Amino acid sequence: MKKKLTHFLNWVLLVGSTCIVCLFLGIILFDIFSKGFSSVSWNFISQPPEQGMTKGGILPALIGTLWLTLITTLFAVPFGIGCAVYLNEYAKPSLLTNIIRASIRNLAGIPSIIYGLFGLALFVQGLRMGTSVLSAGLTLGLLSLPYIITTTEEALKRIPNSMREATLALGATQFETIKDVVLPKALPGILTGIILTLSRAAGETAPILFTGVAFYINGLTSSLNQEFMALPYHLYMLSTQHQSIQQVRPLAYGTAVVLIVLVFGLNLIAFYIRFKQRTQD
Amino acid sequence: MSVRRRERTDRILKIIFKATGLATIALLGAIFFMLFYNSIAFFTHISPIDFFTGSQWNPESVNGTYSIFPLLASTGLVAFGSMFIAVPLGILTAAYISEFAPRKLQIVLKPVIEMLAAIPSVAIGFLGIVLIGPAIAKLFGIQNGLNALNGSILLAVMALPTIITIAEDAINAVPQTYKEASFALGANKWATLFKVTIPAALPGLIAAVMLGLGRALGETMTVLMATGNAAALPKGFLDSIRTITATIAIEMGEVPYQTTHYFALFAIAAVLFVITLVINLLGEYFANRFRKFHA
Repeated sequence: MKKKLTHFLNWVLLVGSTCIVCLFLGIILFDIFSKGFSSVSWNFISQPPEQGMTKGGILPALIGTLWLTLITTLFAVPFGIGCAVYLNEYAKPSLLTNIIRASIRNLAGIPSIIYGLFGLALFVQGLRMGTSVLSAGLTLGLLSLPYIITTTEEALKRIPNSMREATLALGATQFETIKDVVLPKALPGILTGIILTLSRAAGETAPILFTGVAFYINGLTSSLNQEFMALPYHLYMLSTQHQSIQQVRPLAYGTAVVLIVLVFGLNLIAFYIRFKQRTQD
Repeated sequence: MSVRRRERTDRILKIIFKATGLATIALLGAIFFMLFYNSIAFFTHISPIDFFTGSQWNPESVNGTYSIFPLLASTGLVAFGSMFIAVPLGILTAAYISEFAPRKLQIVLKPVIEMLAAIPSVAIGFLGIVLIGPAIAKLFGIQNGLNALNGSILLAVMALPTIITIAEDAINAVPQTYKEASFALGANKWATLFKVTIPAALPGLIAAVMLGLGRALGETMTVLMATGNAAALPKGFLDSIRTITATIAIEMGEVPYQTTHYFALFAIAAVLFVITLVINLLGEYFANRFRKFHA
């Protein structure tokens, strides 16, 4: 009898914990979608805010986030792939590669707000780019770098050595092997990593706080040295700093829905690429 | 293209690739330099003893008191609270997923964890304001639910995916022979789990907790939104608190360039940097020990 009881209690403990974790996700999604869904309409995503943010849409924030993600991609992707190629294709294990790998791991553990400070000190003040979408995009690019390097290296590791050897034996140089054989073959894995990293970067707020984000700009962001609005910051401001918080709550919920749909959409694309690659192999 | 030209391209590109690798070291070095250069500028104005032992963070006052202690206590309190929730939940969930869940359920649970990890921190902070805050206020009969408890719950949600993923890897990596030996001695599956599998996976589980803790300590937006931001020494979980990260986020936007206050924010960031670095290195140390042990 006692044995049966402990058996049951242990089972409750494990299954219960798992259920609570699932419940967290359920509550988050249910609350945001059930209350925010009615705020989202075509006008909401295609119109600028009106009347001190109490009406209208979030178009400038959406455009700002797209700008930001684009700059992050252009900066972090070539840089990240370059570093991963060096580590996996060129470098032999040595003290230097150990130091590079340790640096990458430590960069991944640095709190995002410290990247914000670094972006402020380096881009905004040091390189005199001012608070702008360029400064903020580069800051997010630095933050994304360790993730892109790690995921790219994982993808490169999965390419069998025999393929490299076959190409080299045909007389190709090492760079030609990488460019024409290794990278194309590893592309799905690399893309998955890039998309997942960008979905994280698009939702980040702390690194852009002092590097260029604004609560309101007139018109849309159209050049690199302009300040910009961004979805996550918009949600933050609407839910904490607006003078009539209760009145703008539906808009805050709507913004949360759009942000989560955007992030999950990117994740879904990444899963699809990963899934297709697995079924092909 | 002639062979010589192709080989020259090859050599040049090799140098470029190597440069990107070296740049990551430079980046870490630059972040380190930026934090400590500005911290030293701060410590020429304020003595380190006052900074670490004082009891008030009040840069706006006439003399400007800069003590990291209340901020550090806040950061520690909310992170400790989050681990109190997330560690048991995370490890038990990981144990269930890797040891007991049927294959089909595993396929469902993995994306659940990944989705939880993908939700932006600002959305979780938002829920702290609209959902958890009012619930705490009602439950404890207090006016305002934006406090350390709220922050702990939200940070637990954010640290859970990290803890579950790494803990699951650790439990999965325990050799099947250990479990078979335990079963052969007549132990049932619970005794095997709690007395064999989990102890064998312990270094990996510690690594999971360390990396989850690192995430909780460095998180900005959720604590900024959900903990009330009173920069006083907290007495308990129902007090409003203000972490190091939130202090930087609130004050950096308004502080004039290169004043004592400006340097002070870099100094508290440097302290946070050192703490997260130590936690992450510890996590890595335990993860490596685990790998060596089972290799």
